[in-house]
This record gives sequence, C-alpha cells and structure tokens, in this order.
Amino acid sequence: MLRLGAKKLAGLAPRVPASGPAGVLPRLYHERVVDHYDNPRNVGSFDKNDPTVGTGLVGAPACGDVMKLQIKVDEATGKIVDARFKTFGCGSAIASSSVATEWVKGKHMEEVLSIKNTEIAKYLRLPPVKLHCSMLAEDAVKAAIKDYEGKRAMSNGSSDGAKDIPLEKAADA
Amino acid sequence: MMASKLLASALRRASPATAPPLLRRRLLSTAAAVAEPYEDSSSGVVMKGVRIAGRPLYLDMQATSPVDPRVLDSMLPFYLHRYGNPHSRTHLYGWESDQAVESARSQVAALVGASPKEIVFTSGATESNNISVKGVMHFYRDKKRHVITTQTEHKCVLDSCRHLQQEGFDITYLPVSPDGIVDLERLRSAIRPDTGLVSVMAVNNEIGVIQPMEEIGRICKEFNVPFHTDAAQALGKIPIDVEKWNVSLMSLSGHKIYGPKGIGALYMRRRPRIRVEPQMNGGGQERGIRSGTVPTPLVVGMGAACELAMKEMEYDHRRISALQERLLNGIRGKIDGVVVNGSMERRYTGNLNLSFAYVEGESLLMGLKEVAVSSGSACTSASLEPSYVLRALGVDEDMAHTSIRYGIGRFTTEEEIDRAVELTVQQVEKLREMSPLYEMARAGVDIKSIQWAQH
Repeated sequence: MLRLGAKKLAGLAPRVPASGPAGVLPRLYHERVVDHYDNPRNVGSFDKNDPTVGTGLVGAPACGDVMKLQIKVDEATGKIVDARFKTFGCGSAIASSSVATEWVKGKHMEEVLSIKNTEIAKYLRLPPVKLHCSMLAEDAVKAAIKDYEGKRAMSNGSSDGAKDIPLEKAADA
Repeated sequence: MMASKLLASALRRASPATAPPLLRRRLLSTAAAVAEPYEDSSSGVVMKGVRIAGRPLYLDMQATSPVDPRVLDSMLPFYLHRYGNPHSRTHLYGWESDQAVESARSQVAALVGASPKEIVFTSGATESNNISVKGVMHFYRDKKRHVITTQTEHKCVLDSCRHLQQEGFDITYLPVSPDGIVDLERLRSAIRPDTGLVSVMAVNNEIGVIQPMEEIGRICKEFNVPFHTDAAQALGKIPIDVEKWNVSLMSLSGHKIYGPKGIGALYMRRRPRIRVEPQMNGGGQERGIRSGTVPTPLVVGMGAACELAMKEMEYDHRRISALQERLLNGIRGKIDGVVVNGSMERRYTGNLNLSFAYVEGESLLMGLKEVAVSSGSACTSASLEPSYVLRALGVDEDMAHTSIRYGIGRFTTEEEIDRAVELTVQQVEKLREMSPLYEMARAGVDIKSIQWAQH
C-alpha cells in the first residue's frame, strides 16, 4: 500500500509546477555569503610585530563574534598591499571579514577608511539581525589601520605624529 | 512551467557534477517520493540559497522523527475507507472509528502504566503543557497562586508560566546544577502552602538529561502538590510509570516517537483526581477537557507508535547507545576541545549536545549542510542568543555559542554516524584554522584574560 502511494506521488510530481524556484523562497544566506563562507579569501595571519603590519582585533567571544583583520602596508606609498583575516563567528561574520580583506587590498589607507558597514551589508544582502557582522568588519579595518598608524608613530618618534584620522566614530557598533 | 524548466537546466549546467556516490544514491532512494518545494535536479538540491549534493542525513530526532512505516500502515485505512467521525453514534463508520480511538488510548496508556480513562488526546505536547500549567492554575485559582518550574523547561511551559505571571500568579524558576539536574533540596524549600503545581520536564529537549522523577514525585506527594511533567522527549525512550513518578499530569507527543505530527496526549490522574479548566470549548469531546473532533488516523498512529515503542524500547536503547558512543568517540578521537553539555550519566542516549571550543555553532551548522542537526532547540535556532538552557547550566557564554545537538533515532545507521563524524571533524578543523581564538589558544594566550570590548 505504501509503495503504491509512493509510485502515484512520484508519477504526479513532474506535472506539479515547481511551487517556487529558489529565488522566491526566503533565504537564510545570500549566495555571496555562502561563497565567501565556503571559499574564504585571505585567511591567515601576518606577524603582528612586523612594523608594516597593522592588526585589528574586535568583538568578544561571549557575543559569539571575534574578528582579527591584518593589513600589510607599503611604507613608501601608504597602500595596503595585502590583507589577512581570522574570524570566530557565524557565516555572515566570516563572509563580512572575507569581503573586507578583498576590498582593502591595493587601496590607500584613506580610501579604505571610507568603506562603510552598509556597503558590506548591501553586497552580502545581510538581514537586519546580521548587520552587526558588517559593523564588526568595518571596526576591524579601522582598528587595523589605527594599529599600523600607532606603530609608525612610535618608530618615527612621538613628535612626528600620525595623520589625524577620525577613528573614534568606529565606536558606533 | 517553462521558466522553472529553464531554471532547472541552468542550475544543472552551473553546478559541478561531483556528488559523492553515496549521497547520490540517497537522493534517488528518498527524494523521488515527495513533491518538493525546491529545485531537485540530478546535480543536487538547492534550498534557501544552499546547494547540497543530496538530502542531508538526518540527526535531529529531538526536533521530530520520521513516521515508522508500520505506523503509517496502521493509519492509512482510517484515511481511505474507515473515515467516520469517532463521535458519530448512529452508524458503523462512527462505531469503528470510536473503537480504533479507544484501542489507541489503551496502547498509549499501557506505555506509561496508566488507565486508558486517564488519557486525553490533544494536538501535541505544547497543547498538553498549556492545558496542564494554565488549566490547573485557573481551576484552583482561589486557593493556589504559585507554580514551581525549572529554568531549562521547554518554551511552551515557560511561556505558559509567563502568561500566568501576567495574571498575577507567582512563579519560581528553579536553577539547575551544571550537569542540568534540578536540586531536590531547593525544590523542597521552594514549595509554599499556596503552591498549585510543580512542573519539571522528564527529559530535556536540548541536552537530554533525565530529571530524578521518582524523587520529585515523592516530594510533591509529601506536600500534596500536583506534579506535572513534560514527557514529550521521554515517551518511548525511557521507562515511564505514572505510579512510580507520582505525576498528576503528563504531556506526551506523537511525532517524537515515530508517530504522526499533530497528535499528542495528556495523562490526567483520576485518583486523586486532578481537574483543569479546558482551554478549548466546544462539543465536549475527550471528557470536556479538549473539545474538537478527535483525528482518528493520527490517534491510531500515535497508538501504534506507542505499542512499537513498548516492544522495541530495549532494542532501540541498545542500538542508539552504541551509536551515541560511536559518534562521541569518533569525534573525540580526532579533535580535542569537545565538551558534552549536560550530564553524561543521567542522559537519554539519543541526544548528544556537544560544544566545540573556538568554533562558533552557527558557522559550524552552515558548514554541516549535509548533516541535519541543530544548535539547540528548533525554536531558538533562528535567534542570535545562545541557548537559555546552556546558560542555565552555567556554560561559559563563549562555549554556549558553540553547541551542536546530535539526535540519534531508531532509523539512524552506523554509516550515517561515520559520515557525520567525518564531516564534523572536517568542518571543525577548517573553522579552527580560521578562528583567531584557536590561534591565541595555541600561542598560549588565555582568552579569558583578554579585555574584550563588549558590543
């Protein structure tokens, strides 16, 4: 009896129009999130004591998200030549940091500071509950640059102050 | 129609045809029977933006279980030709349905050591819990104003309690020890003269720990307080005896024991008699406790599921225990930093709730696309909060974010367990390579000593 029922259903199935192609269904994750989660770009670490490396560590384990983002800067031009990240967090947090490393590479530090969490969120189509992941990525980039600037200021002597970059607004997350 | 065909062929072209042979076979054997709401082509399944090679292997038996084919066999006649309303008194259709319902009632009663007259059919354990918690307190509202429950109860009990609180009742939420067991002395000292109900679940849905039911029952008897238990996760899994447990009310569910969804039962003690205010008014079915036509096919299915559970409980328990051991040893043999949440000794073995240090649970779930598991209860898996059950155990917040619940059942195979071990280990290793916390731990940095910026 069971088998009969199954056969009937199987026979019917192809004639039933697909009730909703993938695009219509509510999605948990956008394809880009899945892509960056499955194939994260630039995972890894630089030596954080290297003077050309800036490290940003943001988030907290208790909140379920910790992001470490590092940039390697060409001292002569101020361009970010390479970036690496490591993230403890949900798929959206991993994707946000992966995207952030891609976007900062090859850019000038001032340029990078204009990367907004909303752009990352828009690119990854993050739902409202996941917006903090993109904010964390923005914070991580800013923290990394701040760290690099701090290092450079130290090595150049305290009188030669670093460029005054408005980092404080990063605290909006 | 045309558009969906085009889309399907586009998908087929876009995806790599490298599905492992094992998964492809699964797809063929099971997927064809149902009209599915997602693209199901030869290249795999795409749903909610996730592409997988085939149907995932199912290890979420605490959420729900498949219907046992023997259960379905018993149900089908009542859909097709014995479709009478069991409350029809004037013809054979009604009589035979009534007989089937009463025989199912006996099957359910037998599994818990009750009399069939003490079983009321409901839509499920949630409804039974609502009737028990709210119904009892509403009935005795003049004298009894206080309810005792635990912090790790199922949401429907906690929410019913919150509802009572808004009506002015007092609720005590008992804490549990780190292994998830309620402290009996605390329970004893929480009882007041106006305590109208003690509600403690038998087996926890998230961590599977078994509460000391007989001891709690004895305390309740001593103080003459009605004792309710949510036994949805216990029925058919551990021996239940309403006399030994001294429960006055007990909530049961059909779909956790390989029965159909949408059916449950409420045990209500007759001696001494416990009374409730009905939540559903109407034709007075089920002795006026739960009006509404009793769904014969579902009831018959739940009865059959109970009878099977009674016959096979011992066998199932042996098998499931061996599979649990295989799963835990398999994972622990390959990775470290694996913690079992909840007592290992006082636990239903079909539940294994694990935390993987340095790996966030949601990202692990996302990686385990081919294993259907959950990060806790199905109700909370969409929220960002760590599980309130794990928090009640005092699990560190960072570890509470890392839990995965594996649910093993009657139809789980060794191959499925081995594959789950393989995929879990693979994902945990991948995510640890990506985890800054793991990196720090390996470098000897104490993560707890770092001053984290709280968001």
